[in-house]
Amino acid sequence: MPLGLRIALTHLIHRRRQTIMSLLGVALGVAFFVAVSSLMRGSEADFIKRLIDSAPHITVSDEFRTPREQPVMTAYPDGAIALHSLKPKTETRGIRGYKQDLAFIANLPGVRVAPVLAGQAILTFAGKEQGITLNGIVPALMAGVSDIDNKIVAGSLDAVAVNPNGIVIGRGLARKLYLNMGDNVSVSAQTGQVRTMKIVGLFETGTTAVDEVQAFALLKRTQALFGRIERANKLIIQLDDPYSARDVSAIIESHVGYRAESWQEAQQSLMSVLLIRNIIMYSVVSAILVVASFGIFNVISTVVLEKRRDVAILKSMGFHARDVRRIFLAQGVVIGVLGSILGIGLGYGLIAALGAVRLQPPGMSEVVNLPVYWGLDQALLAAAFAVLSSAGAAYIPARRAGRVHPVDILRGGMA
Amino acid sequence: MIEVLRAEKITRILPAEVPIALVRDVSVSIRSGEFVCIQGPSGSGKSSLLYLLGLLDVPTTGKIWLDGVDTSAFGEDQLAQVRLEKLGFVFQFHFLLAEFTVLENVVLPMARLGRWPPNEQRERATAQLADLGLADHLDKRPDQLSGGQRQRVAIARALANEPLVILADEPTGNLDTAASRNVQETLKMTVQAGNRAVVTVTHDPEFARAGDRIIRIVDGRVEDGT
Repeated sequence: MPLGLRIALTHLIHRRRQTIMSLLGVALGVAFFVAVSSLMRGSEADFIKRLIDSAPHITVSDEFRTPREQPVMTAYPDGAIALHSLKPKTETRGIRGYKQDLAFIANLPGVRVAPVLAGQAILTFAGKEQGITLNGIVPALMAGVSDIDNKIVAGSLDAVAVNPNGIVIGRGLARKLYLNMGDNVSVSAQTGQVRTMKIVGLFETGTTAVDEVQAFALLKRTQALFGRIERANKLIIQLDDPYSARDVSAIIESHVGYRAESWQEAQQSLMSVLLIRNIIMYSVVSAILVVASFGIFNVISTVVLEKRRDVAILKSMGFHARDVRRIFLAQGVVIGVLGSILGIGLGYGLIAALGAVRLQPPGMSEVVNLPVYWGLDQALLAAAFAVLSSAGAAYIPARRAGRVHPVDILRGGMA
Repeated sequence: MIEVLRAEKITRILPAEVPIALVRDVSVSIRSGEFVCIQGPSGSGKSSLLYLLGLLDVPTTGKIWLDGVDTSAFGEDQLAQVRLEKLGFVFQFHFLLAEFTVLENVVLPMARLGRWPPNEQRERATAQLADLGLADHLDKRPDQLSGGQRQRVAIARALANEPLVILADEPTGNLDTAASRNVQETLKMTVQAGNRAVVTVTHDPEFARAGDRIIRIVDGRVEDGT
């Protein structure tokens, strides 16, 4: 063992109480850092997973990112042209020629796509009316792009293919209107069209806003109900790699012309909130370690003051200033390393305890465990920060120790 | 006898509002095998001269040669290295490291020098302590020893790296007569056994008479015995 480390350890062992207090300071700092980081990252990962699982990775909608250029502008690019009272052509809303776009997208590698025609409708049963979002789907394709199939609690999504008048609704809506499987309901669209539909499936996602509002029917039936034949207003896309959504959406948009929005773009403000939340979280937990390092600074400053005589003896023996500096710096590093090891153990214990907590978040019908993250990277980050701040805290007193002039102490005798 | 330590016209002035001259224009020469005592009234500059000769302090003017090498241009690290290799110190208050055992205190300078492997360091320190009658106290801490025993441990530590010169600052100043005699004999013995020089500051006239030579210093100047 290097001599400086040996002397440093001897100092630490003989000042047991202060050493334990310093170690506890670092250990608690690291433990809180790890636990809070785990909770934050766990909730972030859970949030993103829910986002990715429940929402399409890319949605092609029947909108254009920028208005189409007028032919006159293309014909006379350098001309001084002014257009007034421009009125777009009235046409049936939706993605024109969606089947061709669907074919193009389906041929991209690692991409699954399904057309949807979504619109507002009113569901009537026993004199009660409830506004719903009716999604016209192709069940075989929908299974590849949505996990709604896994949320079915009665009947099936495929049943709408067998029974063109079938409708699948959320259990929340069913409870609200006292509906059961096989019941007939009346569905009316804004066009004035009314259809009687039979409940052939019930789903439950756990999110009240979905379970009480969303409903699924066959695409063709929905097109007829909404009077938008051969139209879909959304192409829902799922990817094998959800994080490639930005790149794939750019390719799709450049080909189909309609706006293709990745989940990252759609949730941009939420992603910014997550980033800000992370910055705040890391600032707060790092502050705990900074406070702990002040404790180390105090302890090592006191040790240096008390050991001025020993420093003078060592220097008179021939120890260099850098040897003396290393002794005290080593004390900070040892406290940082041991405190980190202790803190990481404690931190993972806290994570286990937090992970066992079960709660029902507002707006959710299921009881879930607190989401936690078990990755080792957060522990390594905490340990690196703790060791660096401990070494930093020890550096100033260590430098002061290295500057001790032995004669000043030796002249003073027992001082 | 070879000259091992020489100071030539050294002066040490403490910078202050009114500068204080601790040592003025002193020239001394120390040869191997010599037991030299520095005597003088309190505040005359004895210890300051010893610290200068021991390269713990740097003269404001003048030069010091150790083992034939001029140390006047040496930086702090070089001076520390020279102290480690060629000088040993004994102080009035034993100045042992309280957390370390007797054996560890003696091993420390050897461990820093690294001239011998760790096992040999312990063997040498054990033998050194046994020679000074401390064989039964190797694992004790300094506070478990008497004043005389502590001072002998300090001498063993000063001898650890086989120095050319041992510099002692009032080594018996804090001891009773019997312990004082014992330390005096031990120092005398180290001179004879190792053919090394011992320079010691003392107030004790009897101790001084045991030396080969006395350097008398008054008001920072050598009056007699250069």
